[in-house]
Amino acid sequence: MNSSFIGQAAEHAVNFLFLHFRGGFDTFSAALDAVIKLLQDGLGAIPFAVMLIGFVAIALWRKSIVFAAFVGIAILTIHYMGLWAQTVSTLALVIAATFFSLLIGIPLGIWGARNGRAEVVLRSLLDFMQTMPAFVYLIPAVILFGLGRVPAVIATIVFAMPPVVRLTTLGIKQVREELMEAGRSFGSTDSQLLWKIQLPNALPSIMAGINQTIMMALSMVVVASMIGAGGLGEYVLSGIQRLDIGIGFEGGLGVVLLAIILDRITESFGVKSAKKRAKVKAQMSKGSAVTTQETTQTQS
Amino acid sequence: MSPNLTFASDEAVYPNVASSSETSSVASPASIAANEILTVQNLSKIFGPKLERAADMLRQGLGRNEIFQQTGNMVAVDNVSLGVRAGEIFVIMGLSGSGKSTLVRLLNRLIEPTSGKVVLEGRDIAPMSTPELREVRRKKMAMVFQSFALLPNRTVIENVAYGLEVAGLKKTERYEVARKALVRVGLGSYEKLYPGELSGGMQQRVGLARALAVNPAVLLMDEAFSALDPLIRFEMQNELLRLQKEEQRTVVFISHDIEEAIKIGGRVGVMKDGRLVQVGTPAELIQTPADEYVRNFFRNVDISRFLKASSLLTKIEKGLFLCDTGASSERYLNQLIDSGVDCGYVCDESGRYQGSVTPASLRHCGKGPIRDALLRDIATVSPDADLHDLSSIALRQAHDVPVVDTAGKLAGVVSCRTILKQVMERRAG
Repeated sequence: MNSSFIGQAAEHAVNFLFLHFRGGFDTFSAALDAVIKLLQDGLGAIPFAVMLIGFVAIALWRKSIVFAAFVGIAILTIHYMGLWAQTVSTLALVIAATFFSLLIGIPLGIWGARNGRAEVVLRSLLDFMQTMPAFVYLIPAVILFGLGRVPAVIATIVFAMPPVVRLTTLGIKQVREELMEAGRSFGSTDSQLLWKIQLPNALPSIMAGINQTIMMALSMVVVASMIGAGGLGEYVLSGIQRLDIGIGFEGGLGVVLLAIILDRITESFGVKSAKKRAKVKAQMSKGSAVTTQETTQTQS
Repeated sequence: MSPNLTFASDEAVYPNVASSSETSSVASPASIAANEILTVQNLSKIFGPKLERAADMLRQGLGRNEIFQQTGNMVAVDNVSLGVRAGEIFVIMGLSGSGKSTLVRLLNRLIEPTSGKVVLEGRDIAPMSTPELREVRRKKMAMVFQSFALLPNRTVIENVAYGLEVAGLKKTERYEVARKALVRVGLGSYEKLYPGELSGGMQQRVGLARALAVNPAVLLMDEAFSALDPLIRFEMQNELLRLQKEEQRTVVFISHDIEEAIKIGGRVGVMKDGRLVQVGTPAELIQTPADEYVRNFFRNVDISRFLKASSLLTKIEKGLFLCDTGASSERYLNQLIDSGVDCGYVCDESGRYQGSVTPASLRHCGKGPIRDALLRDIATVSPDADLHDLSSIALRQAHDVPVVDTAGKLAGVVSCRTILKQVMERRAG
């Protein structure tokens, strides 16, 4: 089966990159690999009990005791299935891919919000990135970076970046014009407007984008097990290869549980901590009660 | 309906408007009066695609409708000149679409002017570079917005300190200043709350404190109280007047509400279709409106406070007696009857008002001195008495109310009929 001119052009482009920038790709690949390895080893070195307590504590801090209980049970379940090491490895890949997605995606999103032409270009690029089937990224990634976790992370970065770019642009553009006007009227510079008004007010939207990016990274990391990413995906893949329902289900369940934990925790950072606000309010009313008491005393 | 149709009916008024704005308004473009802190000269703003052509047409004296029809450009502010004096509250009033909100944004260049000058403390803001403009915005001008425009992610104190923060003040310093500003608007204990947790009136107090915190030379208030409900608006107006009593700050206040304008405004500029139609004190606008547009603003307003006896009185032509109060009453009885009026006014030789007489009182007095014929129950008013005082006195007595100036001279009289006529005319508009 041969591809048409369009397919051949894509092939030539990838080949061109491979031939002329191989050195660059190798260096980049080595650097990225070092980062991922550091993350995987680092997370892997943390004892299971510490990780368990850490996750439960975060769940308790950001959400509720019910969610904390769920997180505890979920992690124990994964451990019981003997999949904890794979889960940590997948988590490291997700963290690495998400980190780079955000590093590139958020500035792109800001750029898109401030520059109309950039937004048009970005939008078509993002449409392409999002609708292109995820497996397709694996092919050039393998050609350029070989097999293993580096091409997996790179394919994941490309696949997972669009939501955070889009939602960053959207969030900034949705900041009310009068807030910008107020900022300008008090003599803010452009970067002060960005850091003090646009980004803080776009934060819920950006956090939603980060949340989506993490979710997409997780799903892609599983797919990327086909090119040797390792982790939970590998377990699922072996389930498929052996047509073993048990292995496939356990691996899949591990992914689902990890997804729920990551989703709920990152989502909670988008919403202002309700507890904190309530605390301030309580202090406030206490404070004003004291002042009224004082004034009545002075009056009498 | 295209906007042009609505404007078309106003065309006829233009020549009239132009002449009145030249005479009654404002600093002449050539000179800046000594006490003016902010002077606006020939300021225009045109929105739309063909700026150059529209600006040319405007210079040639074409109307806003013609320019819109031919170029599609909207003349938002049309050659406005005005001077704001240090320490006054200058209200710019007009209906929506009259260009007042654009005008106030031209003052701090939130909107770039098409042409004209904005001179603040001797320096023209219009040609300033971005860093210069930023300095002016940080130190000289601050703005309060109709929609409050508080940053929802910051606490009250962080909001109030915003202007000082972008100007680079240290946290402790700016919080200290911000705290003082909050105390001044009566929100001393609310600093840790978020704007969303405050009522509308309190939010606008925060907005006001944020502007006051930078200690601006000129405070711009764009319909600052318009979004508040009537009771709170009233309270905020009083709050502004109270603050103004404490420290005479120069305020440019935009409003569409005539009652607000005459309550807080030292002077009021009325805008219509981007032009400044008339500038004056509330009393001047009420007594000598430049045109129907200005007059119509006051149609439903209680203007009794601004109608003074001095503008209502009629000069006495018949029945005015200049004489010694010792003179015999008899002489004047016939004069009064002949003149056909039912009330005479007695002044001494130097013109000072002594009292009023009627044929009946003169007859009753017979040959006695005229001072005995003076009616006892006639009250007088000063020329400054407003319609309210005037009507309550006029209703109490059977005769016209004499208006006596500070020198004791009789300036004229105001009859119940005059008062009624004034009131009815205003009502009928």
